[in-house]
Amino acid sequence: MKPGKAEGKNEVSLWVILLTFFKVGAFTFGGGYAILPVIQQEIVNKKKWISHEVFSDILIITQSMPGQLALNSAIQIGIRLRGNPGGIIAALGVTMPSFIILLSIAAYLYPLIRDNLYVEAIFYGVRPAVVALIATAAVKMGRSILHGLNGIILCAVLLLAAIITGIHPILILLAGGLLGLVFCKGDNR
Amino acid sequence: MESILLSLFLSFFRIGLFTIGGGYAMIPLMEAEVIKGHGWMSSSEFLDIIAVAEMTPGPVSVNAATFIGYTTAGVPGSVFATLGVISPSLILLLALSRILIKVIQSPQAGNFINGLRSGLIALILLASFTLGQSAVIDLSSTLIFIALFAASVLTRISPLYFIAAGAVLGLFLFPY
Repeated sequence: MKPGKAEGKNEVSLWVILLTFFKVGAFTFGGGYAILPVIQQEIVNKKKWISHEVFSDILIITQSMPGQLALNSAIQIGIRLRGNPGGIIAALGVTMPSFIILLSIAAYLYPLIRDNLYVEAIFYGVRPAVVALIATAAVKMGRSILHGLNGIILCAVLLLAAIITGIHPILILLAGGLLGLVFCKGDNR
Repeated sequence: MESILLSLFLSFFRIGLFTIGGGYAMIPLMEAEVIKGHGWMSSSEFLDIIAVAEMTPGPVSVNAATFIGYTTAGVPGSVFATLGVISPSLILLLALSRILIKVIQSPQAGNFINGLRSGLIALILLASFTLGQSAVIDLSSTLIFIALFAASVLTRISPLYFIAAGAVLGLFLFPY
C-alpha cells in the first residue's frame, strides 16, 4: 500500500500516529476484541483516519493472520496513513503502554509482594480462575469454529496425537492446516 | 547472556507467528516454549503471569512477553521478548501486505486455517489440563475452578471479573 492513500488530505505526522496508538494501547484491557470499540472511537469516529468499510476490511485480514488483533490492526492503519514507517510507529505505539506497565510490575511490584501470605492466597484462587478461562476459550472457540463433523474428528485426532506424541504445538498446528486442505473443504470460515 | 536474549527473541517470534485469531491461542505455544522447552518458569508462575497480563492494558501475549523476558534476563530480556512477539506481524504486514491479502482470500487458505484452528482448539484444551495440574490441587481450588468455568462458559462477562472473583475466593478459601 502506498502512503497518502488515507482519506485525510493532509499527511498525518508519525508523532501523532505514535501518540494515538499509545492511547489506544493504554486503554485496552484484556486484549483481543476489547480493542475494537477503542479503535472505532479514536481512529474511525474521532480522527476519521479510515472509514468503517476500510476498518472492516482490516479486521478480516487481521483475524486470518498471525499476531494479536490490536497489533495487526494498528500496523495496517499505520501503513495506510504513512507507509511502512507508519506501520512500525503504530506497532511501537500500541505496544509501549503494555511494555512500560508490565516492566514496572515485573521489576518493582512483583518482587515486593511475591512472598506475602495474602498474595499467595489471592493467587491460589486466581490460578484456577485462569485455567477456567483457558478451558472456556477452547469451548467457545470450538462452538464457533467446529461446525462440520470433519472439524470435530480432526480436532479429536489432533488432540490424541498431541497427548500421545507430545510433539511441539507448531507441528500439531501445521498438521491441522494440511489435513484441513483435504478434510475441511467447503466449510465456511 | 547473548544466547538467552537470542533464545527469548526466537521463542517469542515462534509464539507470535503461530498465534492465529488472538486471545488465548498463544497459551499452548507459550507453555511449550517457556515452561517445557527452556524451563524459564513453573506452571504456577506462568498462570500468575497470565492473570497479571489479563488485568493490565494491552494484548495478553505482549504483556506476558515483557514479564517473562524481564524475569528471565532483566530489561534487555523484556525488550527482546517483546520485539520477538510483535516481529512476525510487522514483517508479514510490511513486506507481504499485498500478497498476504490475496493468499488469505483464496479458498485453500480458508481450509488450511480451518484445519489449523481445529488443532488450536485441541491444543488449548490440552493446555488447560496440563496447566490445571498446578492450579487445581485440592478441594477448594477444584470448587473455584468448577464454579468459574461454569460461569464463564454460560455468560459473556469480561475475563477481568473472573480473575477478581478468583482472587476473593482465594482469600477466603486458602488453607492458611
